[in-house]
Amino acid sequence: MSLKISGIVEFIRMHRDEIMKDWIDRFNKADAQSISAESDQIDQAIAAEYVNILIEWSKNKEDEFSRKIHEFSKRIVQLDWPMDKIAQCLHTFEKILFAKLLEKQIPGDPLELLSEIEKVTSPVNREVFLQYTSSYERTINLQKMALQELSAPLIPVFDSITVMPLIGTIDTDRAKRIMENLLKGVVKYRSEVVLIDITGVPVVDTMVAHHIIQAAEAVRLVGAKSLLVGIRPEIAQTIVNLGIDLSQITTKNTLQKGIEAALEMTNRKIVSMGERR
Amino acid sequence: MDGQSCVMIMNEWDIVAARQLGRHAAKELGFGAVDQARITTAISELARNIYHYANGGKIYIDKIEEKEKKGIKITASDHGPGIPDIRKAMEDGFTTSGGLGAGLPGVKRLMDEFYIDSKTGEGTVVQVVKWLR
Repeated sequence: MSLKISGIVEFIRMHRDEIMKDWIDRFNKADAQSISAESDQIDQAIAAEYVNILIEWSKNKEDEFSRKIHEFSKRIVQLDWPMDKIAQCLHTFEKILFAKLLEKQIPGDPLELLSEIEKVTSPVNREVFLQYTSSYERTINLQKMALQELSAPLIPVFDSITVMPLIGTIDTDRAKRIMENLLKGVVKYRSEVVLIDITGVPVVDTMVAHHIIQAAEAVRLVGAKSLLVGIRPEIAQTIVNLGIDLSQITTKNTLQKGIEAALEMTNRKIVSMGERR
Repeated sequence: MDGQSCVMIMNEWDIVAARQLGRHAAKELGFGAVDQARITTAISELARNIYHYANGGKIYIDKIEEKEKKGIKITASDHGPGIPDIRKAMEDGFTTSGGLGAGLPGVKRLMDEFYIDSKTGEGTVVQVVKWLR
């Protein structure tokens, strides 16, 4: 008869202090440079909690157990340990447990022992990793949302004149958003002229140019005019080299010139009130 | 030859990664702002072709030296469907995807040397070089 799961748990309970000591020694050795009393305490607390969860696993009802693992995993995520460190710690625990079992000469086939250990630890470990990855996914999703909000802002600067400053790479997703926001903005602000400022766009390749041309055409269809501003000299040269025809679009080299032109198109201009102080 | 780097092109963000790598290499070699923009744009076109038509591939960026000349070599290689008629693909305004059709001929004009090899069903290799002047 080999040791069953409950036997392993019982073994952990009986030799808890020994196992814990070995375990903590190991990960102190692993990151020797960051030994502080504080982190030691945290390590100890985490280790103790992990062992507790393993022990209580057999006693608890299913859902209460999963709630416990859940809380534990959350705490680990909050500590912000790198994933590989967590994986290493958990693996070390299994190794120590296995070594201890062999040392105490528990009867049974070592291979079977390994698989039994795995059965005890894997549900807990799995939950830890699940929590970890999902918390990262959440962060990435939040950042994605934040980026989307920034991706195609439309700013009304004067009555019937709006500006869309574009900064950073334009991909298909963003190009779609630019088009939508431009058209929405034209309607919402009753714009007659929209300025698309590409000063902050690092590369204008054929796809980006194509999207700009389409956006300008769409703006024209809803009865407004679009001006492309902020074409840097090196971008102008690459556009010419690529052979892209932007002759259908009015362009100005700076946003300032663009706004002046837009005012002119709507029969207005900025005048000085006299000497500048 | 020193310092080859390679970017796998699997999604749109890999295009940005390839571009940045190229810009960095071009800057290190001492290319000016205009040539940097040309090189990055060329990489962008080639990488986008891979993403768009071939469903994945690789962009290699090499710093090269020949006699007294220094330069940058970009190789775009994929195992996509290949280009059935290269001469047509090199014509301005020819496109199979509703784009501007300026990609490949544009890249040729942006760079100093341009080689293309494509076999239907096997894939495409485009190699371009820009020399430092």
